[in-house]
Amino acid sequence: MAAYLLRRMINYLFLVIIAASVTYLLAAWVFHPEDNWLAKHPTPPMAAIKTQLLARNEWRGTPIWTRYANWVSGLFHGNLGTEIGGTSVAQDMGRRIGVSTRLLLLATVIGSLGGVVVGVWGAVRQYRLFDRASTGASLLIFAMPVFTLAILLQMFAVWFNDATGTHFLYYVNEVSNPNAPFWSWPDLVDRFEHLILPTASITLGSIAYFSRYQRATMLDVMGSDFLRTARAKGLTKTQAIFRHGARTAIIPVATLLSYSAILLFTGATFTEIIFSWHGMGEWFITSIGQQDVNSVAAVGIFTSILVLLAGLISEVVTVALDPRVRL
Amino acid sequence: MSFNPAALADEVNAEAQVDEAHAATGRGGLVLRRFLRNKGAIVGLVVVALMFVGAFGSSLFYQWDYVTPDFNALLAPPSTAHWFGTTQDGQDMFALCMRGLQKSLIIGLVGGVLTTAVAAVVGAVAGFYGGWADRVLSWFVDLFLVLPSFLMLSILSPWFKGQTWEILIPLIAAFAWMITARVVRAQTLTLQGREFVSAARFMGVPGWRIILRHILPNIASLLIIDAVLNVAGSVMAEVGLSFFGFGIQPPDVSLGSLIDVGQQDLSAYQWQLIFPCGCLIVLLLAVNAIGDGLRDALDPTSTGAKKRASQAEIEALINEAEAPRGPVPEVVET
Repeated sequence: MAAYLLRRMINYLFLVIIAASVTYLLAAWVFHPEDNWLAKHPTPPMAAIKTQLLARNEWRGTPIWTRYANWVSGLFHGNLGTEIGGTSVAQDMGRRIGVSTRLLLLATVIGSLGGVVVGVWGAVRQYRLFDRASTGASLLIFAMPVFTLAILLQMFAVWFNDATGTHFLYYVNEVSNPNAPFWSWPDLVDRFEHLILPTASITLGSIAYFSRYQRATMLDVMGSDFLRTARAKGLTKTQAIFRHGARTAIIPVATLLSYSAILLFTGATFTEIIFSWHGMGEWFITSIGQQDVNSVAAVGIFTSILVLLAGLISEVVTVALDPRVRL
Repeated sequence: MSFNPAALADEVNAEAQVDEAHAATGRGGLVLRRFLRNKGAIVGLVVVALMFVGAFGSSLFYQWDYVTPDFNALLAPPSTAHWFGTTQDGQDMFALCMRGLQKSLIIGLVGGVLTTAVAAVVGAVAGFYGGWADRVLSWFVDLFLVLPSFLMLSILSPWFKGQTWEILIPLIAAFAWMITARVVRAQTLTLQGREFVSAARFMGVPGWRIILRHILPNIASLLIIDAVLNVAGSVMAEVGLSFFGFGIQPPDVSLGSLIDVGQQDLSAYQWQLIFPCGCLIVLLLAVNAIGDGLRDALDPTSTGAKKRASQAEIEALINEAEAPRGPVPEVVET
């Protein structure tokens, strides 16, 4: 098992290094960070701009491979570089990973579990009311890009708060009072209230997406011989479906689930911007606006590591669930 | 072997047709009839057609265009003069939405077909030639799968900002072909062992012609369905990019940039948000409905194709199929 996972990890690691490098090189090739200074009034002298950019390893006069080499050697020293604004990339990244994790952790868990449960249940009760309702709902959600869904949820929140005269559904920011102590009870309740809408905007999409796959794989399994055998040896229908059927049907979906961590991250970009959460996704968009190579490359590394983790998780899940993979 | 009454029903209908008209019904006719039976798909097709007419023809009968502001109606709600209301600058929302739809329709149709075409070529070449071609192409598939498409397109946005908006089409296609290519490759591998491919190869037909004449037509159903789904994907990709200002640049508009403007005030002037969102959702629903209808029509194993032959006919056929047969004549292997 360990040797197998190690082999797969080396494969992923290789792809991740390439992905991070491509992100850096593309950004370094396309971006013109000097525009940030040239747009100022009065325009700073070119020499000053050059000094600033050289300090950030973003001066376009330096050959791109030299800049890349500098960036890589910085990485080996744990140095992600400096942002256009002058703060350290690593410091900003640490804070924003916290925000993104608080946003995505709950959404990932609810989205994955919800998708699997809805899919399995829809397959077991094919063409019944629940199946038809969930199919209809997922078709509608498929037709809504995540930002449309998020904005419509915000409109609903505005209407709901007006109608009930409360502020139960918060539709911006992560927390009302950023200076409140983190682990106090009122603060946790407040954070939870801020989480409802962003979480809903992410989970509805993933539940719709996963449940379709889970339903299809489960339907394949429902007619299979081994399920009939399980029934024949005396298991009840529920036991047979969950112990033998669902376990097999989850395997292909599990790979999809773990890889959608990346999809979720891009989806979260929209959610973070719309609900004003200052996480990795928002950072990515603002960094592109500022043509900030170092920050964009940091997001690239972060995403690559997510891919690595997703690959690892999907391998472990497959090994754990699939009786045919014995190592 | 799984047995599907619906598929059988179609054959019954097809045979009945032959008897009546004394003319052969090809597979195309069969697929067309099954498609036309699906009400959702027909509605989808009509909606997309109407959107085409509206997007490209509304300037003929509608008073306003998307650039000329009406200074007498700033932020006016929907009325008979301005069907979808106006913006802060007095631009007509209906004209703006139609302009955005033009972009979405072109990007969706061309982008969707282009994506599938790239996937078909890469997958078929990798599967057919094998060896180094397969290894190199599969490696590219893996690499592009690891690069998140939205991130890559956003990073490239400062570069394509100055260019014409059509550049978005190949770029969106470039980051969307990978999964289909994998499926096409797998299908090609199974087709490769079939007799007709071997026969063509032994007769000295060049590889590219075998791919075009024998392999791709055999996976046409898959490619058609995939192209329709890629239409929805391309539309979403463009709208997402334009929402962040990375796609279509002002003064031109897209549904994405309209939604971005509309969401800035949620409690008032909601027509600025509802109409572009509505256009987008209706378009995507229609495209998905067409995709579902095509899948049901092209895939004989799908259960969605509804039966139309009389129940008695089907039962007769099922009985016939399940009845014990005489000894199967032995096939002499040569």
